[in-house]
Amino acid sequence: MAAVISDLGATTTAEPPAPARSRRRGGSAWARRLVLVIAGLYFLVPLYAAFRFAIGTSDGGVSGAVFAGIPAQDGFLDAITLTVRLAVIALVITLVLVVPTAVWVHLRMPRLRRVLEGVTLLPIVVPPVVLIIGVLEVAPPELKGTPDLLALVYVVLALPFAYRALDSGLQAIPLTTLVEASRSLGAGWGRTLVSVVLPNLRSALLAAVVLTVAMVFGEYTMASLDQYQTFPVWIVVFQQANARVSVAVSLLALLGTWALLWLISLVDRRRQSPEDT
Amino acid sequence: MKQREVPAWVGVVPFAAYTVVFLGVPVVAVVLGSFVDPATGAFTLDNFGIATSGVYLRGFGSSIGLSLVTALVPGVLGLVLALAVRASPSLRLKRAVATASGVFANFGGVPLAFLFVATLGSTGLVVELVKAVGVDLYGAGFSLYSFWGVAIVYGYFQIPLMVLVITPALEGLRPNWREAADNLGATPVQYWRHVGLPVLAPAVLGCMLLLFGSAFSAYATTSALTSGSLALTPIQIGSFLNGNVLSGQENVGRALGVGMIVVVGVLMALYALLQRRVSRWLQ
Amino acid sequence: MTTTDAAETRTDPASGRRAGVAVELRDLNRRFGEVRALDGFSLDLAPGELVTLLGPSGCGKTTALRALAGLEAVDSGTVVVGGRDLRGVPVRQRDMGMVFQSYSLFPNLTARDNVAFGLRVRGQDKAARRRRADELLELVELGGRGDRYPHQLSGGQQQRVALARALAPEPQVLLLDEPLSALDAKVRVALREQIRAVQTRLGTTTLFVTHDQEEALSISDRVGVMRDGRLEQIASPAELYARPATPFVAEFVGTMNHLPGTTTADGVEVLGRRLPVTTGRPAGAEVDVLLRPEALLVTPDPHGTGVVVATTFLGAVTRVHVRVGDTQRSGARPGGDGTTVLVDRPSAAVAGLGPGAGVTVEPAPDAQPLVA
Repeated sequence: MAAVISDLGATTTAEPPAPARSRRRGGSAWARRLVLVIAGLYFLVPLYAAFRFAIGTSDGGVSGAVFAGIPAQDGFLDAITLTVRLAVIALVITLVLVVPTAVWVHLRMPRLRRVLEGVTLLPIVVPPVVLIIGVLEVAPPELKGTPDLLALVYVVLALPFAYRALDSGLQAIPLTTLVEASRSLGAGWGRTLVSVVLPNLRSALLAAVVLTVAMVFGEYTMASLDQYQTFPVWIVVFQQANARVSVAVSLLALLGTWALLWLISLVDRRRQSPEDT
Repeated sequence: MKQREVPAWVGVVPFAAYTVVFLGVPVVAVVLGSFVDPATGAFTLDNFGIATSGVYLRGFGSSIGLSLVTALVPGVLGLVLALAVRASPSLRLKRAVATASGVFANFGGVPLAFLFVATLGSTGLVVELVKAVGVDLYGAGFSLYSFWGVAIVYGYFQIPLMVLVITPALEGLRPNWREAADNLGATPVQYWRHVGLPVLAPAVLGCMLLLFGSAFSAYATTSALTSGSLALTPIQIGSFLNGNVLSGQENVGRALGVGMIVVVGVLMALYALLQRRVSRWLQ
Repeated sequence: MTTTDAAETRTDPASGRRAGVAVELRDLNRRFGEVRALDGFSLDLAPGELVTLLGPSGCGKTTALRALAGLEAVDSGTVVVGGRDLRGVPVRQRDMGMVFQSYSLFPNLTARDNVAFGLRVRGQDKAARRRRADELLELVELGGRGDRYPHQLSGGQQQRVALARALAPEPQVLLLDEPLSALDAKVRVALREQIRAVQTRLGTTTLFVTHDQEEALSISDRVGVMRDGRLEQIASPAELYARPATPFVAEFVGTMNHLPGTTTADGVEVLGRRLPVTTGRPAGAEVDVLLRPEALLVTPDPHGTGVVVATTFLGAVTRVHVRVGDTQRSGARPGGDGTTVLVDRPSAAVAGLGPGAGVTVEPAPDAQPLVA
């Protein structure tokens, strides 16, 4: 299976673009702008429409109070707390599983890379709605009684994205050389991993973190079918009580995530190497 | 002083074990359950008989149709968008699109449904807007809650997903190739036909497969948007879990699940065959 | 280094070859922000001539080549090829073949299809372009490899395919953008000779860009040394080596010793010997004297002023690194702690010299110094 899943990281780790080609064909520049404008409308108009809806009041006026009142809404803080907890558990397990495995496979079993790529595709073959049936069937009762079961299953959903992100990150660095250099200087495996390999994988790790957290904060299917009120489930349940607040929360969540990613990409911006003339 | 060589496979044991426990075992349970008669506990194929007839068969039809449409169309649109962004000299635009894609690709469920109800619902912003210039969308037969309405909504996370996954492949298109083609007298169309698209084909195919999987298993958005009016397989499976089920049919949901796995599995096999053809030059 | 009449070292490149076209780059300017990649750059190529632009990275040589190809816009200046002003002519209509540094072969096409690409987009029929592609592959000694995909070829083979591809549509001008720099040293030498042989045979006017002076000197009719977007000097390889117009050129082409010297009435005194040269300075001035390693002699002398620091065996010649100290009879700067001088001699002549040996270094009687 070729790489069908990729990641945010790859866009930042890729080689610097060629020196700006100044000869832009006039026609294609127009086509490019047209594509961007249409895409912009498609993605921004619904946001605007939802915003208009959220700030509308029952008497036809306009008020921003709906945003200010969000934290005080019933169940909001519980939902956020639960979701953050699930995200942290899922993230820790994912990284602990994926990072050593990806590094190990690159170093010791490069031929296994393709097999692992195939394995990480499996969660896509198995839709979440099917997976949760099976999980609820086989999970021991003590696990079924806790939302942490969800976090454990989320790890499976996050694996493809996290693994791909790291895999492409590892592809981009001379891993074997780095490790051999570190080992020859007397560092143990743990120290090599922590002080040599991981710092070089910063981008890829960031991408893995972002993708995993975003996944947990967006996952509705399993959470709702397992009957726990995570953030996405809360929005649905609450919507029946107050649609405007629900829309306002959705908007804020979307924009908040976007802003966070934007910040991360700024921090992570790589210096571009100068090129010949 | 632990210089003893560990066998290489030891390193992948935790990963493999986790996958088996949390993915393999549940899937096996679903598969086994799909062959069980809930009343007697005996082996039966009846669950599959029900799962492949009537409303469930139509559900598969709509699901596969919707997933194909929302893999191909947003796939192409996402590719075009990614190419447009790549050709842009603005780094800010590139970064904005990269982060936005990450956000929108994970967007779905009720929030997404809301966005489009507010936009294309019967009193949505755009609907009202075009009504003001004399076009009645709903009068002309459009509905947000129909197949095509849902397809438009799916584009909102499918197009960004395509942008997200195809962009690294675009980085693999070397500017040298375009310049060499230019130099050899090729028009842009000739370049894309003979070089650009053939080089991208394996990646594009793979990404579209991913888009299919994403649409095929989408549950939250559809369930929020149509509340059951559009019969799609994941919704039907969900209703089994929610307990809305006729006695004696408890395991039909499992059979439907197996059906979904088979559909994606078959598609993956087709993809692998096609992949071999389009990437002959890679081997 | 004996220089014969410099004016005559520039041979008529077109003689005995098929006629190429003349290329004229006139007063090109190109700025990237603060950097002047091209600063009033002008260059003429005679029909069939191979001219190399040589210079450090960032000197504008690649920009010049890309401007000729049309891949880079210029802020001002004209490009004339075969009498035709190329202003506004798009890349694909410029009729130039180009070989890039690396990885420019279309990965999804076989070697043959790569070579035939230019013919395909011109609408040639399949049989004809296949014939022509095979002919060109033969020319670059890759006959029989036509069915290989680029990743199945070595770096050198890939560049030969790229050369064949560039030549297939019989371009007016051939552009070589550091085509050898990604290759192994040995392949590099073989391939540069092959490029020159093919170019001579076809008589295609060629612009070659490199930062490797050996490469430039070995295959060019003329070499232009660039610095900060300008041509510092353009001349035949022999003349460039023997008579560098500026210290920058002298430094960049070949190895140079910088020695402290004093001007005399009719020349310069360096390492205790007077050499005739026009300095344009009053006698007695302290100057930098530039001498090639082969223009110096080294003789064993326990009481000499130099001490051998190291020797580098280069094959037929050995390079002797000699430290000349303050006790030098003349030339050494007061307070200086000496200079290391490089001297190239036939290996047999200096076989007995090892580190620590006392020696005397002096210019050969016919040395041609450059005074800065």
